[in-house]
Amino acid sequence: MTGEALLEIQGLCVDYGLGPDAVHAVDGADLVLHRGEALGLAGESGSGKSTLAMAATRLLRPPGVITGGDVRLHSDNGAVVDLLEADFAGLRVLRWSQVSLVLQSAMNALNPVFTIRAQLTDALTAHLPQLSKRDRLARAVELLEMVGISGDRLGSHPHELSGGMRQRVMIAMALALRPQVVIMDEPTTALDVVTQREILEELKELRDQFGFAILFITHDLSLLIEIADSIAVMYAGRLVERAPAASLFKAPRHPYTLGLLSSFPPLHGPRIPMTGIPGSPPDLRQLPSGCVFHPRCRFAFDRCAAEAPPLVTIGTGGSRLVACWQQAPDRPVPAEIAAPEPDQQLLPLTTAPAQKETTPVTGAASAATAAAAEHGSPA
Amino acid sequence: MTTTVNTDEIAPAVLEARDLTKHFQARGRGAVSGGRRLARPGKPGPVVHAVDDVSLALPPAYVTSVVGESGSGKSTLARMLAGLITPTSGELLVHGKAVAGRRRRMVEYAKAVQMVLQDPFASLNPIHDVRYHLSRPFLVHGLADRGPDLDAKIASVLERVALTPADAYLRKFPHELSGGQRQRVAIARALAVEPQVLLADEPVSMLDVSIRLGVLNLLADLRDRERLAILYITHDIASARYLADEIVVMYAGQVVESGAAVQVTDSPAHPYTQLLLSAAPDPARATPVTLRGRGSPPRALAPPSGCRFHTRCPHAMAICAERMPPAFPAGPGHVSSCWLLDAGADGGLREPGEER
Repeated sequence: MTGEALLEIQGLCVDYGLGPDAVHAVDGADLVLHRGEALGLAGESGSGKSTLAMAATRLLRPPGVITGGDVRLHSDNGAVVDLLEADFAGLRVLRWSQVSLVLQSAMNALNPVFTIRAQLTDALTAHLPQLSKRDRLARAVELLEMVGISGDRLGSHPHELSGGMRQRVMIAMALALRPQVVIMDEPTTALDVVTQREILEELKELRDQFGFAILFITHDLSLLIEIADSIAVMYAGRLVERAPAASLFKAPRHPYTLGLLSSFPPLHGPRIPMTGIPGSPPDLRQLPSGCVFHPRCRFAFDRCAAEAPPLVTIGTGGSRLVACWQQAPDRPVPAEIAAPEPDQQLLPLTTAPAQKETTPVTGAASAATAAAAEHGSPA
Repeated sequence: MTTTVNTDEIAPAVLEARDLTKHFQARGRGAVSGGRRLARPGKPGPVVHAVDDVSLALPPAYVTSVVGESGSGKSTLARMLAGLITPTSGELLVHGKAVAGRRRRMVEYAKAVQMVLQDPFASLNPIHDVRYHLSRPFLVHGLADRGPDLDAKIASVLERVALTPADAYLRKFPHELSGGQRQRVAIARALAVEPQVLLADEPVSMLDVSIRLGVLNLLADLRDRERLAILYITHDIASARYLADEIVVMYAGQVVESGAAVQVTDSPAHPYTQLLLSAAPDPARATPVTLRGRGSPPRALAPPSGCRFHTRCPHAMAICAERMPPAFPAGPGHVSSCWLLDAGADGGLREPGEER
């Protein structure tokens, strides 16, 4: 549906702490981000979604330890970089120019004592030392205006901007070097719904224009269904399901996804009592045996407590992955998690989920700059 | 402008607010906003219009939801209703009787009106266990004697929030509980004094998605089983639609629309409510979002004249900037403060103005 693989994560394991007391925050995660794709990573707090993204980009802080797996980035000059093997100098070149990051709390992510200008031009200085001061300034103004902020706010300090403007500055900074991958960790969670929607629309336009791929991390599955091409769902450090957004919404295959979907009250239709998911997310220090979701799962049977289900491809097309014994071929699948795949042409218009125009951006014209060696300090 | 809430078929309100207003005086300590000095040091500065003329009635066995963005004044309203801050003007009535006096009456008032806060991680003291938290209201209000009586009452209040068996929770400290359990303890603490009104300020927004509905369902249960009058404050209009009987939409310190929950969300009459609904996440949305009324709420230091939404409103007319719209009927039990609904005015539907 989209271009070739850009960021490949295989069997990634992350622990917090060492030895027998280590908490397994991410356990054997496989995830592929394709060129130009908006991939949503959904999960509750503690599910490991941020840890996964931080580990894949080697931004994980101690006591986080990567204990296994492979992360390969297909750089835009054709080289394949093993991010887990790369040394500090190698990572420094890749960060920001190839992979950039937008964090949730722009108030904390922006430095309160520096102006927006200083923070926007810092990455440019570090990665593109050949640019003159005048060019850097021009680029900074261009970036601000790209996200809908007037260029004369360049001299402002973060506290002089509203929350939405600060988050826009973060997005402008992330796009400064035209990266191929932008990781957004709950970028709009702290914002009001109207501002959130404005920023999401701008993001969509920017993506259509520049063709970067997005890894969008959020707990808000209902939002993700609207904006992502495909969605991966995490629970207690494991990926439990991955599917195209519309399929996930109309035909969830994992009981946890089904439960999450029924945790968001709808905006339309009759009001019916909903249950959410009984129980609470497990303590990562004392994970249940077998499938980590089985104590809260209403479809659980004896095998679920004994063996952990692998993440396997089901159905045709190869775009759906699920880790659930109920989906094993030797059993009848409960009706709730066996809804027919939405055939987008047969769906009546009124119930069709928001269709994403998956613009396959092949050969995204990114990065005039990737190979530019840099030795300045990263912002 | 007063926006009264239709309570025709509903029992008389337990707690009623009439024209509640809260203005905060910005002190002239050289405060600076947007590069401008607000006032000279020592001189009183300008006024923050946090809540203006809000009237609200909370009947028993009824959930009223206040929906608004941050800065709309919804939490200030809750704090006034809880008696935590004194309104600049307006009055509070409990069972039709005005609440007067200060400190001494506060204990009595707190027995009738209790509040649950947003963050159960912060509202419970980490160095005390569940038993201590739940014993305080009984002892402070003199509702139980230390000993078996107190223990029995604590166990029973834990049961009311579905934390059973109670023994399993009594000795737990907040950090040993999940977010949902913590919020249930906070609700139990509020229920201990047998209040008639429960003010819940964003009670689920800090909780994990999968356990939010459990807490919302608990509130619905308390409404039905114990006939509590509940004020549910939220920014999430979908959850308000799920839980509430009535929705009150606030914008920039004022009520702009109120009515039955389903009616307000299915046929919103005020352009701001329409904007909120169009921006809310909706996986079943069939068409791309068109936001009509971009931008952000006005500064509470200097709210615009007339209708406070007119600076963003796609339908703004000349009158909107001049006069504040009163509450016009928009359906049975449904009112909206918008000049578009003024049947007396000529012209009916107007051309949408400049879109912002």
